[in-house]
Amino acid sequence: MFWRKNVREHPEFKIGMADFGPQALGIVAWGLMIGVAMVNSGMGTLAAVVMALLVFAGSSQLAAIPLIVAGAPAWVVLATAFCVNLRFVVFSLHLRPFVIHLPRWTRLAVGYFITDNGYVLFTKRFHVPGRTDEERLAQVAYLAGANSLNWASWMLSSLVGIALAHSIPPAWGLGFAGILCLLGMQCSLASSRLRILASVVAGVTAVWVYHLPLRLNIVTAIAVAVMVCMSAERLKPTSAPGGHA
Amino acid sequence: MSTDELWTLAVILGLAVATVVARSFFFISDKAWQLPHWAQRGLQFAPIAALSAVVVPEVVMSQGALITTWQDARLFAAAVGVAVYVAKRNVLLTIVLGMAVYLPLHLGLGW
Repeated sequence: MFWRKNVREHPEFKIGMADFGPQALGIVAWGLMIGVAMVNSGMGTLAAVVMALLVFAGSSQLAAIPLIVAGAPAWVVLATAFCVNLRFVVFSLHLRPFVIHLPRWTRLAVGYFITDNGYVLFTKRFHVPGRTDEERLAQVAYLAGANSLNWASWMLSSLVGIALAHSIPPAWGLGFAGILCLLGMQCSLASSRLRILASVVAGVTAVWVYHLPLRLNIVTAIAVAVMVCMSAERLKPTSAPGGHA
Repeated sequence: MSTDELWTLAVILGLAVATVVARSFFFISDKAWQLPHWAQRGLQFAPIAALSAVVVPEVVMSQGALITTWQDARLFAAAVGVAVYVAKRNVLLTIVLGMAVYLPLHLGLGW
Protein backbone atom coordinates (compact mmCIF):
# COMPACT_ATOMS: atom_id res chain seq x y z
CA MET A 1 0.00 0.00 0.00
CA PHE A 2 0.90 3.65 -0.25
CA TRP A 3 2.90 3.80 2.96
CA ARG A 4 5.63 1.81 1.20
CA LYS A 5 8.05 3.84 -0.85
CA ASN A 6 8.41 1.29 -3.66
CA VAL A 7 4.62 1.37 -4.08
CA ARG A 8 4.38 5.17 -4.11
CA GLU A 9 7.25 5.55 -6.56
CA HIS A 10 6.03 2.89 -8.96
CA PRO A 11 4.76 4.38 -12.27
CA GLU A 12 1.46 2.53 -11.80
CA PHE A 13 0.76 4.62 -8.68
CA LYS A 14 0.51 7.76 -10.85
CA ILE A 15 -1.51 5.93 -13.50
CA GLY A 16 -4.00 4.86 -10.82
CA MET A 17 -4.30 8.45 -9.60
CA ALA A 18 -4.71 9.74 -13.16
CA ASP A 19 -7.40 7.15 -13.91
CA PHE A 20 -9.24 8.13 -10.76
CA GLY A 21 -8.93 11.86 -11.51
CA PRO A 22 -12.08 12.28 -13.60
CA GLN A 23 -14.15 10.60 -10.88
CA ALA A 24 -12.81 12.78 -8.07
CA LEU A 25 -15.31 15.54 -8.84
CA GLY A 26 -18.24 13.19 -8.29
CA ILE A 27 -16.65 11.90 -5.09
CA VAL A 28 -16.10 15.46 -3.83
CA ALA A 29 -19.73 16.39 -4.45
CA TRP A 30 -20.89 13.17 -2.80
CA GLY A 31 -18.56 13.63 0.19
CA LEU A 32 -19.81 17.19 0.65
CA MET A 33 -23.38 15.96 0.59
CA ILE A 34 -22.72 13.18 3.14
CA GLY A 35 -20.85 15.61 5.40
CA VAL A 36 -23.83 17.95 5.29
CA ALA A 37 -26.29 15.06 5.71
CA MET A 38 -24.51 13.75 8.83
CA VAL A 39 -24.70 17.09 10.62
CA ASN A 40 -28.19 18.00 9.37
CA SER A 41 -29.51 14.67 10.65
CA GLY A 42 -28.71 15.74 14.20
CA MET A 43 -25.46 13.86 14.82
CA GLY A 44 -22.94 15.83 16.80
CA THR A 45 -20.00 17.33 14.94
CA LEU A 46 -17.55 15.02 16.74
CA ALA A 47 -19.53 11.91 15.80
CA ALA A 48 -19.77 13.14 12.19
CA VAL A 49 -16.00 13.66 11.96
CA VAL A 50 -15.25 10.27 13.54
CA MET A 51 -17.71 8.60 11.17
CA ALA A 52 -16.18 10.27 8.11
CA LEU A 53 -12.66 9.22 9.10
CA LEU A 54 -13.34 5.67 10.27
CA VAL A 55 -16.15 4.37 8.12
CA PHE A 56 -15.29 5.74 4.65
CA ALA A 57 -18.35 4.22 2.99
CA GLY A 58 -20.85 6.67 1.56
CA SER A 59 -23.76 4.34 0.94
CA SER A 60 -23.60 2.57 4.30
CA GLN A 61 -23.09 5.90 6.11
CA LEU A 62 -26.21 7.24 4.36
CA ALA A 63 -28.13 4.12 5.37
CA ALA A 64 -26.86 4.12 8.97
CA ILE A 65 -27.32 7.80 9.82
CA PRO A 66 -31.12 7.81 10.19
CA LEU A 67 -30.94 4.58 12.24
CA ILE A 68 -28.32 5.99 14.62
CA VAL A 69 -30.22 9.23 15.06
CA ALA A 70 -33.45 7.31 15.71
CA GLY A 71 -31.65 5.27 18.38
CA ALA A 72 -32.10 1.92 16.58
CA PRO A 73 -30.47 -1.11 18.27
CA ALA A 74 -26.79 -1.37 17.42
CA TRP A 75 -27.19 -4.75 15.69
CA VAL A 76 -29.75 -3.26 13.28
CA VAL A 77 -27.38 -0.44 12.38
CA LEU A 78 -24.48 -2.86 11.87
CA ALA A 79 -26.56 -5.41 9.94
CA THR A 80 -27.82 -2.66 7.65
CA ALA A 81 -24.32 -1.38 7.00
CA PHE A 82 -23.08 -4.90 6.30
CA CYS A 83 -25.89 -5.57 3.82
CA VAL A 84 -25.42 -2.29 2.01
CA ASN A 85 -21.81 -3.40 1.75
CA LEU A 86 -22.64 -6.94 0.61
CA ARG A 87 -21.64 -6.07 -2.93
CA PHE A 88 -18.14 -5.65 -1.54
CA VAL A 89 -18.25 -9.23 -0.26
CA VAL A 90 -18.70 -10.22 -3.90
CA PHE A 91 -15.91 -7.86 -4.92
CA SER A 92 -13.61 -9.34 -2.25
CA LEU A 93 -14.12 -12.77 -3.81
CA HIS A 94 -12.99 -11.31 -7.12
CA LEU A 95 -10.03 -9.41 -5.63
CA ARG A 96 -8.78 -12.30 -3.49
CA PRO A 97 -6.23 -13.73 -5.96
CA PHE A 98 -4.93 -10.20 -6.62
CA VAL A 99 -4.19 -9.33 -2.98
CA ILE A 100 -3.74 -12.63 -1.15
CA HIS A 101 0.07 -12.34 -1.46
CA LEU A 102 -0.02 -9.28 0.84
CA PRO A 103 0.33 -9.56 4.65
CA ARG A 104 -3.02 -9.79 6.47
CA TRP A 105 -2.96 -6.27 7.95
CA THR A 106 -2.24 -4.85 4.52
CA ARG A 107 -5.15 -6.85 3.13
CA LEU A 108 -7.42 -5.39 5.81
CA ALA A 109 -6.14 -1.94 4.80
CA VAL A 110 -7.13 -2.79 1.21
CA GLY A 111 -10.57 -3.59 2.62
CA TYR A 112 -10.76 -0.21 4.31
CA PHE A 113 -9.64 1.74 1.23
CA ILE A 114 -11.50 -0.10 -1.53
CA THR A 115 -14.63 1.55 -2.94
CA ASP A 116 -16.91 0.92 -5.90
CA ASN A 117 -14.85 3.27 -8.04
CA GLY A 118 -11.54 1.76 -7.00
CA TYR A 119 -12.77 -1.78 -7.59
CA VAL A 120 -14.17 -0.98 -11.03
CA LEU A 121 -11.01 0.82 -12.17
CA PHE A 122 -8.77 -1.94 -10.86
CA THR A 123 -10.68 -4.82 -12.43
CA LYS A 124 -10.93 -2.93 -15.72
CA ARG A 125 -7.17 -2.55 -15.86
CA PHE A 126 -6.15 -5.96 -14.51
CA HIS A 127 -7.92 -9.09 -15.69
CA VAL A 128 -5.57 -11.70 -14.21
CA PRO A 129 -3.63 -11.70 -10.93
CA GLY A 130 0.07 -10.84 -11.22
CA ARG A 131 2.28 -13.87 -11.88
CA THR A 132 5.62 -12.30 -10.94
CA ASP A 133 6.63 -10.08 -8.03
CA GLU A 134 6.96 -7.14 -10.43
CA GLU A 135 3.44 -7.63 -11.81
CA ARG A 136 2.05 -7.92 -8.29
CA LEU A 137 3.80 -4.76 -7.19
CA ALA A 138 2.46 -2.91 -10.24
CA GLN A 139 -1.10 -3.99 -9.39
CA VAL A 140 -0.77 -2.98 -5.75
CA ALA A 141 0.72 0.37 -6.82
CA TYR A 142 -2.15 1.06 -9.22
CA LEU A 143 -4.72 0.20 -6.53
CA ALA A 144 -2.91 2.35 -3.96
CA GLY A 145 -2.71 5.29 -6.37
CA ALA A 146 -6.40 5.22 -7.23
CA ASN A 147 -7.43 4.60 -3.61
CA SER A 148 -5.34 7.37 -2.10
CA LEU A 149 -6.81 10.01 -4.40
CA ASN A 150 -10.25 8.55 -3.71
CA TRP A 151 -9.68 8.66 0.04
CA ALA A 152 -8.17 12.15 0.07
CA SER A 153 -10.92 13.70 -2.06
CA TRP A 154 -13.61 11.99 0.00
CA MET A 155 -12.17 12.95 3.40
CA LEU A 156 -11.46 16.54 2.46
CA SER A 157 -14.93 17.04 1.03
CA SER A 158 -16.67 15.24 3.92
CA LEU A 159 -14.89 17.45 6.44
CA VAL A 160 -15.67 20.58 4.41
CA GLY A 161 -19.29 19.38 4.22
CA ILE A 162 -19.41 18.97 8.01
CA ALA A 163 -17.95 22.47 8.43
CA LEU A 164 -20.35 24.05 5.93
CA ALA A 165 -23.37 21.99 6.96
CA HIS A 166 -25.42 24.98 7.91
CA SER A 167 -24.83 26.88 4.66
CA ILE A 168 -25.40 24.18 1.97
CA PRO A 169 -29.09 23.24 1.91
CA PRO A 170 -29.57 19.51 1.17
CA ALA A 171 -32.41 20.60 -1.13
CA TRP A 172 -29.84 21.65 -3.72
CA GLY A 173 -29.34 17.99 -4.43
CA LEU A 174 -25.57 18.21 -4.93
CA GLY A 175 -25.38 14.55 -3.96
CA PHE A 176 -26.82 13.62 -7.33
CA ALA A 177 -23.32 14.18 -8.73
CA GLY A 178 -22.29 11.05 -6.80
CA ILE A 179 -25.05 9.08 -8.53
CA LEU A 180 -23.95 10.44 -11.92
CA CYS A 181 -20.44 9.30 -11.08
CA LEU A 182 -21.68 5.76 -10.39
CA LEU A 183 -23.77 5.95 -13.57
CA GLY A 184 -20.71 6.87 -15.64
CA MET A 185 -18.83 3.90 -14.16
CA GLN A 186 -21.78 1.67 -14.93
CA CYS A 187 -21.70 2.80 -18.58
CA SER A 188 -17.96 2.16 -18.74
CA LEU A 189 -18.59 -1.47 -17.76
CA ALA A 190 -21.31 -2.03 -20.37
CA SER A 191 -18.91 -3.67 -22.80
CA SER A 192 -21.08 -6.59 -23.97
CA ARG A 193 -24.74 -7.32 -24.54
CA LEU A 194 -24.82 -9.68 -21.58
CA ARG A 195 -23.47 -6.96 -19.29
CA ILE A 196 -26.11 -4.55 -20.55
CA LEU A 197 -28.65 -7.27 -19.78
CA ALA A 198 -27.15 -7.58 -16.26
CA SER A 199 -27.55 -3.84 -15.82
CA VAL A 200 -31.19 -3.82 -16.91
CA VAL A 201 -32.16 -6.89 -14.86
CA ALA A 202 -30.42 -5.56 -11.74
CA GLY A 203 -31.98 -2.10 -12.10
CA VAL A 204 -35.50 -3.45 -12.54
CA THR A 205 -35.08 -5.97 -9.71
CA ALA A 206 -33.67 -3.38 -7.29
CA VAL A 207 -36.75 -1.21 -7.86
CA TRP A 208 -39.11 -4.19 -7.81
CA VAL A 209 -37.96 -5.46 -4.39
CA TYR A 210 -37.10 -2.05 -2.97
CA HIS A 211 -39.33 -2.66 0.06
CA LEU A 212 -37.04 -5.43 1.40
CA PRO A 213 -35.51 -4.53 4.78
CA LEU A 214 -31.83 -3.67 5.32
CA ARG A 215 -31.52 -2.63 1.66
CA LEU A 216 -31.42 -6.30 0.70
CA ASN A 217 -32.89 -5.21 -2.64
CA ILE A 218 -29.35 -4.50 -3.82
CA VAL A 219 -28.01 -7.97 -3.04
CA THR A 220 -31.14 -9.58 -4.47
CA ALA A 221 -30.76 -7.58 -7.67
CA ILE A 222 -27.12 -8.62 -8.06
CA ALA A 223 -27.98 -12.29 -7.51
CA VAL A 224 -30.89 -12.25 -9.99
CA ALA A 225 -28.89 -10.39 -12.64
CA VAL A 226 -25.91 -12.76 -12.36
CA MET A 227 -28.15 -15.83 -12.56
CA VAL A 228 -30.08 -14.49 -15.57
CA CYS A 229 -26.89 -13.59 -17.41
CA MET A 230 -25.21 -16.92 -16.70
CA SER A 231 -28.30 -18.72 -18.05
CA ALA A 232 -28.38 -16.44 -21.09
CA GLU A 233 -24.71 -17.12 -21.70
CA ARG A 234 -25.38 -20.84 -21.61
CA LEU A 235 -28.26 -20.53 -24.05
CA LYS A 236 -26.05 -18.82 -26.60
CA PRO A 237 -22.85 -20.83 -26.62
CA THR A 238 -21.94 -19.62 -30.12
CA SER A 239 -21.40 -16.00 -29.08
CA ALA A 240 -17.72 -15.29 -28.63
CA PRO A 241 -16.78 -13.03 -25.70
CA GLY A 242 -17.20 -9.44 -26.80
CA GLY A 243 -18.73 -10.53 -30.11
CA HIS A 244 -22.22 -9.87 -31.34
CA ALA A 245 -24.56 -12.33 -29.72
CA MET B 1 -19.40 13.41 27.15
CA SER B 2 -22.86 11.93 27.65
CA THR B 3 -23.61 8.21 27.47
CA ASP B 4 -25.63 8.91 24.29
CA GLU B 5 -22.56 10.31 22.61
CA LEU B 6 -20.44 7.40 23.80
CA TRP B 7 -23.02 4.96 22.43
CA THR B 8 -23.01 6.76 19.09
CA LEU B 9 -19.22 6.61 18.93
CA ALA B 10 -19.27 2.89 19.79
CA VAL B 11 -21.79 2.22 17.01
CA ILE B 12 -19.63 4.19 14.58
CA LEU B 13 -16.62 2.10 15.57
CA GLY B 14 -18.73 -1.01 14.97
CA LEU B 15 -19.73 0.37 11.57
CA ALA B 16 -16.08 0.81 10.67
CA VAL B 17 -15.31 -2.79 11.64
CA ALA B 18 -18.40 -4.13 9.81
CA THR B 19 -17.37 -2.20 6.70
CA VAL B 20 -13.80 -3.50 6.69
CA VAL B 21 -14.98 -7.07 7.33
CA ALA B 22 -17.49 -6.88 4.45
CA ARG B 23 -14.97 -5.39 2.07
CA SER B 24 -12.18 -7.86 2.91
CA PHE B 25 -14.52 -10.79 3.48
CA PHE B 26 -12.97 -13.36 1.14
CA PHE B 27 -9.38 -12.30 1.62
CA ILE B 28 -9.19 -12.12 5.41
CA SER B 29 -8.10 -15.75 5.61
CA ASP B 30 -5.19 -16.89 3.46
CA LYS B 31 -5.92 -20.61 3.55
CA ALA B 32 -5.51 -22.13 0.09
CA TRP B 33 -8.83 -22.10 -1.65
CA GLN B 34 -9.90 -22.01 -5.28
CA LEU B 35 -12.89 -20.16 -6.65
CA PRO B 36 -15.16 -22.55 -8.63
CA HIS B 37 -15.26 -21.92 -12.37
CA TRP B 38 -18.97 -21.05 -12.45
CA ALA B 39 -18.39 -18.36 -9.83
CA GLN B 40 -15.59 -16.88 -11.88
CA ARG B 41 -17.95 -16.62 -14.87
CA GLY B 42 -20.67 -15.08 -12.76
CA LEU B 43 -18.34 -12.48 -11.29
CA GLN B 44 -17.96 -10.59 -14.56
CA PHE B 45 -21.60 -9.56 -14.26
CA ALA B 46 -21.56 -8.62 -10.54
CA PRO B 47 -19.97 -5.15 -10.68
CA ILE B 48 -22.29 -3.67 -13.29
CA ALA B 49 -25.26 -5.31 -11.60
CA ALA B 50 -24.30 -3.81 -8.22
CA LEU B 51 -23.88 -0.33 -9.66
CA SER B 52 -27.17 -0.58 -11.51
CA ALA B 53 -28.92 -1.79 -8.35
CA VAL B 54 -27.66 1.27 -6.45
CA VAL B 55 -28.14 3.82 -9.25
CA VAL B 56 -31.51 2.95 -10.80
CA PRO B 57 -33.62 3.34 -7.62
CA GLU B 58 -31.84 6.67 -6.95
CA VAL B 59 -33.01 7.90 -10.35
CA VAL B 60 -36.55 6.55 -10.69
CA MET B 61 -37.77 6.35 -7.08
CA SER B 62 -38.73 8.90 -4.51
CA GLN B 63 -39.48 8.11 -0.86
CA GLY B 64 -39.61 4.39 -1.55
CA ALA B 65 -42.06 4.56 -4.48
CA LEU B 66 -41.64 4.64 -8.23
CA ILE B 67 -42.07 8.23 -9.43
CA THR B 68 -45.23 8.86 -11.43
CA THR B 69 -44.19 12.02 -13.25
CA TRP B 70 -41.71 12.63 -16.06
CA GLN B 71 -41.07 16.08 -14.57
CA ASP B 72 -38.11 14.91 -12.51
CA ALA B 73 -34.70 16.47 -13.01
CA ARG B 74 -32.98 13.15 -12.27
CA LEU B 75 -34.50 11.42 -15.32
CA PHE B 76 -33.21 14.07 -17.71
CA ALA B 77 -29.82 14.31 -16.01
CA ALA B 78 -29.37 10.52 -16.11
CA ALA B 79 -30.45 10.33 -19.76
CA VAL B 80 -28.01 13.09 -20.69
CA GLY B 81 -25.32 11.41 -18.58
CA VAL B 82 -25.70 8.10 -20.45
CA ALA B 83 -25.77 9.87 -23.84
CA VAL B 84 -22.64 11.86 -22.97
CA TYR B 85 -20.84 8.72 -21.85
CA VAL B 86 -21.77 6.83 -25.02
CA ALA B 87 -20.64 9.76 -27.19
CA LYS B 88 -17.48 10.80 -25.33
CA ARG B 89 -16.47 7.82 -23.11
CA ASN B 90 -15.66 10.24 -20.29
CA VAL B 91 -16.94 9.93 -16.70
CA LEU B 92 -16.06 13.51 -15.74
CA LEU B 93 -18.05 14.94 -18.67
CA THR B 94 -20.92 12.64 -17.70
CA ILE B 95 -20.97 14.18 -14.21
CA VAL B 96 -20.49 17.79 -15.35
CA LEU B 97 -23.07 17.78 -18.16
CA GLY B 98 -25.48 15.67 -16.10
CA MET B 99 -25.32 18.24 -13.28
CA ALA B 100 -25.61 21.05 -15.87
CA VAL B 101 -28.99 19.56 -16.77
CA TYR B 102 -29.95 18.60 -13.21
CA LEU B 103 -29.33 21.85 -11.33
CA PRO B 104 -31.37 24.25 -13.55
CA LEU B 105 -34.29 21.81 -13.71
CA HIS B 106 -34.13 21.01 -9.99
CA LEU B 107 -33.46 24.49 -8.61
CA GLY B 108 -35.06 26.54 -11.41
CA LEU B 109 -38.22 24.57 -12.11
CA GLY B 110 -38.41 22.62 -8.87
CA TRP B 111 -38.44 19.22 -10.71
